[in-house]
Amino acid sequence: MPVEVVTGNHAAGYALSVAGEANRTARGAACGIYPITPQTEIVERIAAFPFTKGRVVAVESEHSAMGVSMGASLAGARAFTASSSNGLAYMVENIMTAGFYRLPIVMVAVNRTLGPPWNIWADQSDTLMLRDFPWIQLYCSDNQEVTDTTLLAFRLAEDHRVLLPVLVCMDAFIVSHTQGETDLPEQADVDRYLPDLDLPHRLTHDDPRTLGGLIWPDVTTSLRLETHEAMGRVPAVFEECRSAFQDVFGRDPGGMMDTLEVEDAEEILIASATVATTAAEVVKRARAEGRKVGLVKMRMFRPFPEEALRRACASARRVGVLDRDYAAGLGGVWWQDVRAAFQGHRDDVVIQDYLVGIGGGDVTPGLIEDVLEDLRGRERAGPPVWTGIATEKEVMV
Amino acid sequence: MSTPTRIRSGAMAFSEVPVIPCNDECLLRAGNTNCGGCGMSIGLTMLGRALAEAEDTCTLAIPACCGAVTAGAFPTTSYGVPTVCTTFAASPAVASGLAAIRDINGESGQVICWAGDGGTYDIGLATLSAAAERNENLIYICYDNEIYGNTGGQRSSATPHGARTTTTPGGKEERKKDILAIMAAHGIPYAATLSIAHPEDFRRKLLTAFGMSGMRFLLIHSPCPTGWKSEPADSVALVRMAVASGLFPLVEIFDGERYRVNVEPDFTDPAEYFARQRRFHDDEVDLEATRRTCRARHERLRFLAESFPA
Ligand SMILES: Cc1ncc(C[n+]2csc(CCOP(=O)(O)OP(=O)(O)O)c2C)c(N)n1
Ligand code: SF4
Ligand SMILES: [Mg+2]
Repeated sequence: MPVEVVTGNHAAGYALSVAGEANRTARGAACGIYPITPQTEIVERIAAFPFTKGRVVAVESEHSAMGVSMGASLAGARAFTASSSNGLAYMVENIMTAGFYRLPIVMVAVNRTLGPPWNIWADQSDTLMLRDFPWIQLYCSDNQEVTDTTLLAFRLAEDHRVLLPVLVCMDAFIVSHTQGETDLPEQADVDRYLPDLDLPHRLTHDDPRTLGGLIWPDVTTSLRLETHEAMGRVPAVFEECRSAFQDVFGRDPGGMMDTLEVEDAEEILIASATVATTAAEVVKRARAEGRKVGLVKMRMFRPFPEEALRRACASARRVGVLDRDYAAGLGGVWWQDVRAAFQGHRDDVVIQDYLVGIGGGDVTPGLIEDVLEDLRGRERAGPPVWTGIATEKEVMV
Repeated sequence: MSTPTRIRSGAMAFSEVPVIPCNDECLLRAGNTNCGGCGMSIGLTMLGRALAEAEDTCTLAIPACCGAVTAGAFPTTSYGVPTVCTTFAASPAVASGLAAIRDINGESGQVICWAGDGGTYDIGLATLSAAAERNENLIYICYDNEIYGNTGGQRSSATPHGARTTTTPGGKEERKKDILAIMAAHGIPYAATLSIAHPEDFRRKLLTAFGMSGMRFLLIHSPCPTGWKSEPADSVALVRMAVASGLFPLVEIFDGERYRVNVEPDFTDPAEYFARQRRFHDDEVDLEATRRTCRARHERLRFLAESFPA
């Protein structure tokens, strides 16, 4: 398979396009696209792709980008789009609607700081604010993961046991604009991996239905429950999609979470995306010095893989959560869910939050070493620890 | 022909739903919950008949508006065609996706947005404008009841000057937006106004639209007894007066540049039109100005139709 030196955005644009192209033997592909830094290269690549049976609609807003993708999906086509930050915020109403319609749309999101004030650097607060919608969320840490996870996302989304849209996330610039060797799969292999899309509730004249009309509370509850059950099936279906991926492409696209040295670890860091890559280096070094530390690199955020996380942290006395995001009045979003995962199961673990790299600040090995040092000294968890704050002089008031 | 049909919403896994007999040819089925005298009901019925006459069918994209409520509650639906109720501003975008996939699969059937004035003149205007600029292959129908009906009667930019709504308790100070001119300015193949009081003209315009491709915009003056504070039985008479007085001209605009005036107003005094709706109050309506505007507007349209005939 061709290995090329490409950016994360290039990889995402390629993967979305070949996935769409793979549905040419069925009802084709379409998407609405709208640019925003640092995602723009993705939609430019999609716009330039020579689809055999597809249409790319350059719309006037993110709200409409998801609107067009929803219409295409409702008509039974493979649909996707990409966005970031304020683009996602502007799209929110239709993001949740795609989930409520149970449409298997795949959206690549480049994690960027929300504004104003404007800041285009990496921060996960944009996609994490979508956490309560019926979307699967997967986080990637390099170009290969972006490629593989995007392809896997379609198979996962379109599985009839799931039928949920998927967000595939990567860090602004650190991945989106950084070139690296990436194995970009051939169309023929993608065709083998992604079966023709068969959307059971697509709009047809043979069986005219009304989608999205009025419903009563009990039916609303039933629909929410169905979503909940579909979310519950995701881990198992994810593993199936993962092994099918290995069969076709000959490599492991990665699990819901990857672990490093957790077996006997007393302190475990929990991180995602590129912060996890840096944390892995720090953990390896600490291990070499004989310290019992480990890392859980989270790929799946929704559904939150609670059970697997508890298993991975079975030996831990202290857990440090690295959040490149901030939920106002609370702290880190990942931290909140990690705490919830342990609550009622294990009350003997210190679960401490570290806010790192907010607004795209550098998360250096030194910073993560400091985090580990702080974590080791804790007998109980405290409020979130802020790192990377400006000095008084630098802050404009 | 009345074969029993399973009527159900699009949500999955709700396979056990009641089987209700219905007439498959109906676009708008009996038993819907629209108010008596609702112009939308008449418009939908006429749309259904025109589709049947053209041996055509459609998929509906309906934003938040009374038309979405018309569907009724799951698992039943009043619509006899595949329908998606979209978010308020999104129907032209969703319809663009539906139409694109229909076209690349070589399928027939119209894709129709059925939207209120709020979804058209206000919140969805950017979406609609973009779809028009792209000349999407769809029909956009706005039933203009000049108010946010669904939320209980607030102003929209389609509300005429002087009309009282819950958000213009002293009568609206601004004038109605000229959406037809805005849409025609996109140079779309077809933009036309329709009145349920002129069914033959109404039917012909629908058939014209079905026979074309690209973006087609149709504006229906749609009486709303609930919002207009009028008698349901007066609905058709009221919109007939609106055409006759020149308040609601019936015109067609082709490619944004060729005009046709379909009904010549006789400039009936609009006073009665206002008097029969309790949304208007004498001291809040400037009758003289309205008469002048009606004539001036008609003169301009006449001039356009004569200078740039369709
Ligand atoms: C984003 C959003 N804002 C507000 C609403 C509430 N809302 C629903 S329908 C409606 C007014 C619709 O007015 P119009 O389009 O004229 O249709 P009508 O109800 O008159 O048929 C409003 C404000 C909504 N559904 N979505
Ligand atoms: S409120 Fe007006 S538009 Fe809505 S159903 Fe009633 S009459 Fe029709
Ligand atoms: Mg209205």
